[in-house]
Amino acid sequence: MTPAPLTAADTTLHVAPSPHVFNMRMTVTRMMIDVLLALLPVVLAAIYFFKWYAVKQLLICLIAAVCAEAVFSRLRARPLRLGDMSAVVTGFILGLSLPASAPWYIGVIGSVVALGVGKMVFGGLGMNLFNPAMVGRAFIMIAFAGKMAASGYLVPGSGVDILSQATPLTLLKQSGQSTSLVPMLIGATNGSLGETSALACLLGGMYLYWRKVAAWEIPAGIFLSALLVGLVNDFLTPGSGWTFAHHLTGGALCFGAFFIATDPVTSPLTPTGKWIFGLGSGTLVMVLRLFSGYPEGLMFAVLLMNAVTPLINRWTIPRPFGGA
Amino acid sequence: MLSIFRKSPLGDRALRQFPGAGTFAHGVHPPQRKEMSADAPIEIVPTPGKVILPLQQHIGGPCTPLVKARQKVTFGEMVGKGEVHVSASLHAPVAGIVQKEAMATLANGRHMPAIVIKADGEQLAGQELWDKLYGGLWPQKSYQTLAPEKISAEIHNAGIVGLGGAAFPTHVKITPSEQKPIQALIVNGCECEPYLTTDYRLMVEAPEAIVAGARLAARAVGAKKAYIGIENNKLEAAAALRRAAAGAGVRIAVLKTKYPQGSEKHLIKAVLNREVPLGGLPSDIGVAMTNVATVTSVARRVMRGIPLTHRVVSVTGGGIVEPKNLLVPIGIPMGRLIEYCGGLKKTAARIIAGGPMMGFAFTNPDIPVTKGTSGITVLDHEEIRKVEQSVCVRCGQCVDVCPMNLVPTRLAMASRCKDLNLARKYNIMACFECGCCAYSCPAGLPLVQNIRTGKALLAAEGRN
Repeated sequence: MTPAPLTAADTTLHVAPSPHVFNMRMTVTRMMIDVLLALLPVVLAAIYFFKWYAVKQLLICLIAAVCAEAVFSRLRARPLRLGDMSAVVTGFILGLSLPASAPWYIGVIGSVVALGVGKMVFGGLGMNLFNPAMVGRAFIMIAFAGKMAASGYLVPGSGVDILSQATPLTLLKQSGQSTSLVPMLIGATNGSLGETSALACLLGGMYLYWRKVAAWEIPAGIFLSALLVGLVNDFLTPGSGWTFAHHLTGGALCFGAFFIATDPVTSPLTPTGKWIFGLGSGTLVMVLRLFSGYPEGLMFAVLLMNAVTPLINRWTIPRPFGGA
Repeated sequence: MLSIFRKSPLGDRALRQFPGAGTFAHGVHPPQRKEMSADAPIEIVPTPGKVILPLQQHIGGPCTPLVKARQKVTFGEMVGKGEVHVSASLHAPVAGIVQKEAMATLANGRHMPAIVIKADGEQLAGQELWDKLYGGLWPQKSYQTLAPEKISAEIHNAGIVGLGGAAFPTHVKITPSEQKPIQALIVNGCECEPYLTTDYRLMVEAPEAIVAGARLAARAVGAKKAYIGIENNKLEAAAALRRAAAGAGVRIAVLKTKYPQGSEKHLIKAVLNREVPLGGLPSDIGVAMTNVATVTSVARRVMRGIPLTHRVVSVTGGGIVEPKNLLVPIGIPMGRLIEYCGGLKKTAARIIAGGPMMGFAFTNPDIPVTKGTSGITVLDHEEIRKVEQSVCVRCGQCVDVCPMNLVPTRLAMASRCKDLNLARKYNIMACFECGCCAYSCPAGLPLVQNIRTGKALLAAEGRN
């Protein structure tokens, strides 16, 4: 018996292991684009409050980050993967975590370190241990301490009012002065570009949650632990005017909780691990704010938790279905 | 969001006559695409010129041929005997003449000897065949006094295996046991694989046979309770079964549609809210499970004396001209069925034995339908479109969907690096390759393929 004619003349049949169908709705590139869309309200708020300072700073970081990715890919003789948008995300996040007034070379050096040392030397996307933008920021914060310290945020006579005020956390640290909540919520205070408007961060964070791009457990853990430590602090030092609510809306807490700590590459894999990561980051932020010499601690908190992420993954192997 | 305000099909309390929550944790919702063949009544395929019966279509030992070349066989005659306990006998699905023993390849790539029978003489076919196998009345009264051992022995003699796809010999599971008493029997009517509609059509067209078989199987294992689990995308089947089961003591459990609900462990969770211990069997927690198509063959054997010779197969997918559900003799070449359904479209890209989540891709039209073939799914280029492969960004998507609550990306990584200790630590052997992780991976990584390799390496290490 001759085999039955199975194929139409011009059909090519493929074989491949199962599964044979795939969910096309979410890809790595789409995740990055979603992060950029979520950053949109934050970027708009930054431009609204810091005017051309924000535009200039973000453009510098964006261009430097993309160029750095290209150069380091070339050096490692790896295919250039700018299309996955991850360099753009890193550039934006770094830019948004810098003071409006930082000189151009701060953004450039920060971006090069972020992409080069923070990401590419580990093997590129998915391989890095530490949040690249925070690696870049930590480097410039130490190397250019003056430009990133309290005075670095001030530009007297710039025409942008808020640039003549000290940041709320600096005011607290240096003179014990409190700031009223409403400007902190909407973002009419001095600070790093993306961190001042808690509302814009919350809006972006809700988009990330809706798109299921970021794990909700991490921001939840950060807010919960910051709230708890804040409440204890309020109880121990009453009447300072600076309350847990200021801690939650002030500094980089909101921006970091939604956009920095949620970087999937450098945070744990399992829901339990994500809770530990979030609670740990939030607690560390509060410890650094209350006891360290720095007014803000988010960057160091996230970097420290990044370092223990492989350990958290090891501790939180989930109980398999039917397991003891 | 609005859907929570609509009346859920589970809202009706009368439906909820089972202890489970009607679902399990995790899992995915791939596009069902069952509408292509769901409304096509089962057609009886004309008797083919020859059938090819591989000697090991089931899990367990191969069967020993009982016939020689040029021997005449009649319909239903035993042609191969499963001699060890975990094995299944083979019966002639057509009357005819045995040919020279040949080698056959299965869709999963295994190569083995097969009995070939050339059809000859008068055949049981058409409506007459249907009436004999599924149609007519299934009076249950006189069978309710049958000894459980007798039912189990009949199942063994009839060569019945799980028709849902795994092809595990049914008499091994459906048997009275002193050590592990069975309280509940669950008949699996989930058919959670996308596209396939064989079980659905059987439930709609032959509900009496299913209920009769379920009662016999429950009697055989000594189960006090019998359930038929159906997903709520098959409400018509649920209604048909409920009518047939009225007064029969078989409960219809309507479950929330989700893949892989048809997995033994997950169906038990959904219906009874109990977990089979890791590495254990349903009988460890007093549950026996079998499939709706399988129980029809139990009823057919016990009540009509006919062994397992035929099965229902869906031929469906975007790459087939006319999707259909077919009653076919076991051993018919798959190519014949594709031809019967009008052949392939020009856009056809992949032919799969089974469904798209766990089925095997093949290209050889001579591969025979075996007892475990639940369908032939022909997918077109659009349907097999894949996410472009990039790198793992540890997004945790695979963790969120894994019905076994594993960490697939870790398992895949450990397998790629041949780090078997790490793979073991992350419970690699608990993976049953359902495909949820690879289906949802945003980086398009071949997670299941990697994990399969790791499992094979670990199994090989165990043998050494």
